[in-house]
Amino acid sequence: MAVIPVERKPLTLAERTYIPQIIGGLKTTLRHMLRKPVTLEYPEQRPEIPAGYRGVPTLVYDPNGREKCVSCQLCEFVCPPKAIRITPGEIPSDDPHAHVEKRPEEFEIDMLRCIYCGLCQEVCPEEAIWLQNQFSMSGYTREEMVNNKQKLYELGGTLPDAHFKWDKKKAAEEHGNGHH
Amino acid sequence: MFDFYFDLPLWIRLTVQGLTVMLVMFPIGAACSMAERKIAAWVQDRPGPNRTIAPILAWIPGIGIIKRLGLFQLAADGGKFVFKEDTVPGHVNKFYFIAAPIIAVIPALTTVAVVPFGAYIDAAGRTIPLMLANVDIGLLAVFAISSLSVYAIILAGWASNSKYPFLGAVRASAQLVSYELSMTLSVLPVFLWTNGPFNGESSDSFLGSLSLSRVVEFQSGSWQGITSPGWGGVWFGFLMPLSAFIFLVSLFAETNRQPFDTVESEADLVNSFGSEYGAFKWSLFYVAEYCHMLVGSAVFMLLFGGGWNPLPWVPLADFANWLGFAHLPLVTGIVGIGIFLGKVLAMIFFFMWVRWTLPRFRYDQVMAIGWRKLLPLSIANLIFYTIGIALLTK
Repeated sequence: MAVIPVERKPLTLAERTYIPQIIGGLKTTLRHMLRKPVTLEYPEQRPEIPAGYRGVPTLVYDPNGREKCVSCQLCEFVCPPKAIRITPGEIPSDDPHAHVEKRPEEFEIDMLRCIYCGLCQEVCPEEAIWLQNQFSMSGYTREEMVNNKQKLYELGGTLPDAHFKWDKKKAAEEHGNGHH
Repeated sequence: MFDFYFDLPLWIRLTVQGLTVMLVMFPIGAACSMAERKIAAWVQDRPGPNRTIAPILAWIPGIGIIKRLGLFQLAADGGKFVFKEDTVPGHVNKFYFIAAPIIAVIPALTTVAVVPFGAYIDAAGRTIPLMLANVDIGLLAVFAISSLSVYAIILAGWASNSKYPFLGAVRASAQLVSYELSMTLSVLPVFLWTNGPFNGESSDSFLGSLSLSRVVEFQSGSWQGITSPGWGGVWFGFLMPLSAFIFLVSLFAETNRQPFDTVESEADLVNSFGSEYGAFKWSLFYVAEYCHMLVGSAVFMLLFGGGWNPLPWVPLADFANWLGFAHLPLVTGIVGIGIFLGKVLAMIFFFMWVRWTLPRFRYDQVMAIGWRKLLPLSIANLIFYTIGIALLTK
């Protein structure tokens, strides 16, 4: 690379008095004073959450109200900080969703351990665990910071099936177009 | 109407007046600290403190404005400073450590005695300045007393018995002494003028006066009802812009404001002389600083900004005549004080605006500006105006 010597110009008299620069600075700050604040007044005003945001992990129901989680425990194994504890349980045969066979009896995510990495969501074959928009968790005790199954479903709610699976696949099969 | 007041013994009247001035000055000094935070916030595109409110007052409609202006925050901060534990570190010289903040506040509140803060028009149509003590030495008293404040800083720095406060005190003593010179030299042309060519015949008794109210009267175009000859009514800021500029720069340095903030300089000196202080003692230093700013701005406005005259070439008396309240001394007094206070607060705003605009000068730059630029400039300025006034007098 060619070396280009740059001549440093000596300061002019006006520059040495600092005054033009000070006036320029005052103009800039005045402009900012008249501008609207760029801050959000947080608890009342919430930031807009972008798509794909990784907030608090939650469990979701499918559109038919079935618990999507089949307690395969993949998320428990993949979780780097070991924040997830699953107690698998069997679905009783008289349940409308008995064909799924398994669901979690208890599902705990320790939010003091969770690092919001999203690996649980990535690994889940049933798309049952989602990192959604909630970004602030608080509690007075350590126990409060552990989300149990009930809390996880409350946070998660119901999500539509995004992929060619389950009901979509079944409907396609009925129209003789089972293979995607 | 006010006869009963003027019948009171003099010492009671002076006490009442003095306390009133202090009771106005202290809250304004405190409110300046909130204004500082608010202006900092606005410059930085944020709203500033706006959450605090006393829950028992929350029902009052429209109180949200006061809340958003942060005035409850101010009260909360003040309450905190009063009630929190006031620790005295073990390694300090206790007597001087406690004396320093007291010594800081005393000159700050004393200078106001000789500074006029308004005027009213009496029944004879004369404009009478409102001040606690209309003494001839006026400005000299302000300079003499306000320069005592450096002792508070030196004492605080020395008594704190630790490194950073000590360095801060050394810087303070050097800086304040350097800028006092050019500050004093820069105001001399004003007093050459008021005691020189356009000194009306009638004011012989005031010859050789440094009174600040007299300077304002010169900018009002009249003195004791007699219109002064020549350029009476022009503000000295227009007549002597260089003097005004030098005075303003020195004022920034004397009040330890940015960009001459090397004394406090929290980046390299922690909090300088305030490092070992906390709670109420610490806040006293800052009340003193804001009171200095108030008095400094007041003196600047009196000398160069026309005092209580609303506009250049428009003295308070004419203004009152136009609006038709010249015969009401109380109203003219309130308007006079209002105009002057407005100007002073505008100056305070300018102080803060500059603070949140400029970075601070390096210590050697402060010294170089003071000794190698401002001092020769103020001497040249003095010589120029001395010759000019001498020529005009002929």
